[in-house]
Amino acid sequence: MNLNLIKPNKENFYTYIVLGITLLSIGFIDIFSNTFLNFNITGFFPKIISYLSPLILGVFGLHFIRIEYSGNKTLDAINKNLNSSNTNAILSLIVIFILIKYVPSLLNWFIFDANFLGSTKEDCTGDGACWVFVKVWFNRFMYGMYPDAEQWRINFSFILLLSSIGSIFILPNKFKKYIILFLLFIFPIIALNLISGGIFGLEWIETGAWGGLSLTFIVSAFALIFCFPIGVFLALGRRSDLPAIRYSSIGFIELWRGVPLITVLFMSAVMFPMFLPDGTYMDKLMRVIIAITLFEAAYMAEVVRGGLQALPRGQYDAAKSLGMGYWRMHFLIILPQALKLVIPGIANTFLALVKDTPLIFVVGLLELAGMIGLAKTNPKWLGMATEGYVFAALVFWIICFSMSRYSQNLEKKLSTER
Amino acid sequence: MTNIIELKNVNKWFDKFQVLKEINLEVKPKEKIVVCGPSGSGKSTLIRCINRLEEHQEGSIVVDGNEISENTKNIENIRAEVGMVFQQFNLFPHLSILDNCSLAPIWVKKLPKKIAEELAMENLKRVQIEDQAKKFPGQLSGGQQQRAAIARALCMEPKIMLFDEPTSALDPEMIKEVLDVMVDLAKGGMTMIVVTHEMGFAKEVADNMIFMDEGRIVEKANTNDFFKNPKSDRTKLFLSQIL
Repeated sequence: MNLNLIKPNKENFYTYIVLGITLLSIGFIDIFSNTFLNFNITGFFPKIISYLSPLILGVFGLHFIRIEYSGNKTLDAINKNLNSSNTNAILSLIVIFILIKYVPSLLNWFIFDANFLGSTKEDCTGDGACWVFVKVWFNRFMYGMYPDAEQWRINFSFILLLSSIGSIFILPNKFKKYIILFLLFIFPIIALNLISGGIFGLEWIETGAWGGLSLTFIVSAFALIFCFPIGVFLALGRRSDLPAIRYSSIGFIELWRGVPLITVLFMSAVMFPMFLPDGTYMDKLMRVIIAITLFEAAYMAEVVRGGLQALPRGQYDAAKSLGMGYWRMHFLIILPQALKLVIPGIANTFLALVKDTPLIFVVGLLELAGMIGLAKTNPKWLGMATEGYVFAALVFWIICFSMSRYSQNLEKKLSTER
Repeated sequence: MTNIIELKNVNKWFDKFQVLKEINLEVKPKEKIVVCGPSGSGKSTLIRCINRLEEHQEGSIVVDGNEISENTKNIENIRAEVGMVFQQFNLFPHLSILDNCSLAPIWVKKLPKKIAEELAMENLKRVQIEDQAKKFPGQLSGGQQQRAAIARALCMEPKIMLFDEPTSALDPEMIKEVLDVMVDLAKGGMTMIVVTHEMGFAKEVADNMIFMDEGRIVEKANTNDFFKNPKSDRTKLFLSQIL
């Protein structure tokens, strides 16, 4: 028998396979026994070799099963995707080992050892997470200090929002624009009046009591809707031929981009009222939303400007030569293309905006993360910070991931370069 | 007959570099003029000045009775009467061919959508790509794209058509299909100014030829004389290289 150990080939296929799989299996048995049984089967080696033994065994094993054109589809697929060279084999093994070592303990913390039942901290007896905390505080995490009896108003607004968004996808095209107009202009008024109350016999609920995830949504939604058009106009302004418009746009953008959001929020809450004429009052939440909107609009402007600059001059020439003026050229030709180009950048800015909302705690508004911060300092629930913030992370991740998926779908849908 | 385009002593600089020097040019309605010359001689700049895609600094340009200058209020109205076809086609990639053609009639000329689309289909038929109407520019060959660009310009029903090296970016086998459309257009009586190196096309349709070099019009003559007895040495040299 003529075994070539440097370059396994098809000739002695089964010998190589048996050899490779044996080594690989020993490597995996080693790591399993290390992780779950606390027994090191390679303990008799010097420490460093014993530590690296699963990797060494695995690499040799993978080396032997790397048989080119073996004719076995599964094996070829494995070799192509995980095992195309010794370096890639090492990387694949490291990733697999990390998953084996840490995923089970994470799952244990999250689910298997976690506590779901009960209503006080003392009910949490297991080693894992104490989800009782999230369960008990769930209502506050969602609605803040909004009175329980009035929460249907928030629920109704969100159901209305979700159902109108959903109907955009279901109804035929000709109704779409009415629903979008409704969402942009009528819905915000309905939702604001409904949630704040004070009319139609609804109890007035001041914005200080708003909070939790619903406040996250309210702040993000308003800021998203308004920062986009403002950003577009700033981007156009920055490229304008008129010096007054150009320099004021540059000034605005650079001012807001140069300041940390947290100071902007402070200013909006503390400084801004000083500039208002005596006797006028602007709601704190409103000021915060305006501040975040303008702040993110400056970023949006630069993202959009990137798209504008990426368009070839020929597009401007063609639009002009057809007799289009500045606005028609931009709204029909330039912006549709430029915005499509920068969808990833726009999505980035939107995600950043949503994740910036927790900062409004500095002016005393408590959205989801803020409410968790408050709950974890409750004397009955000390030591629950991890559960709280993991929950917040999960919720934010779900929101942001859905937005990200939506932006990717949009990109695909608008792509005309097939 | 009065001139539809008149340039008098037009000078233009890019920074310090003078691209157009003392240009004088008259174009009569239905006249076809072919502009040729080496690259960098200012041919493209010249025709781009006619619809003010470039601004001239001295002299006067009058198009269809309207003086074109910084003070021109409705430059858009003048541009709407002057169609232009570009070397790089410059179709709008986010719109279908049909929308490319009907967009300006709808938004600039305020035609109803249905009529604008009928007009677009008519012109697409004229350039023989009506079967591509629903496609996007990226799905068409270069020759088809350029014909679509011609159709788009025609949809504005212009009085004058400017062509800026329309076949220079095309594969050789596609040049003919575009030139055929242009010949057809010329025979239909359109006023045309064409910057091109296609001398066969020039001989077939041009009434007058212009030869430019270093920003100047070196020679202007009717087509026959231009090819048979060019006067300046520079023209002779150029023609000997290109023919």
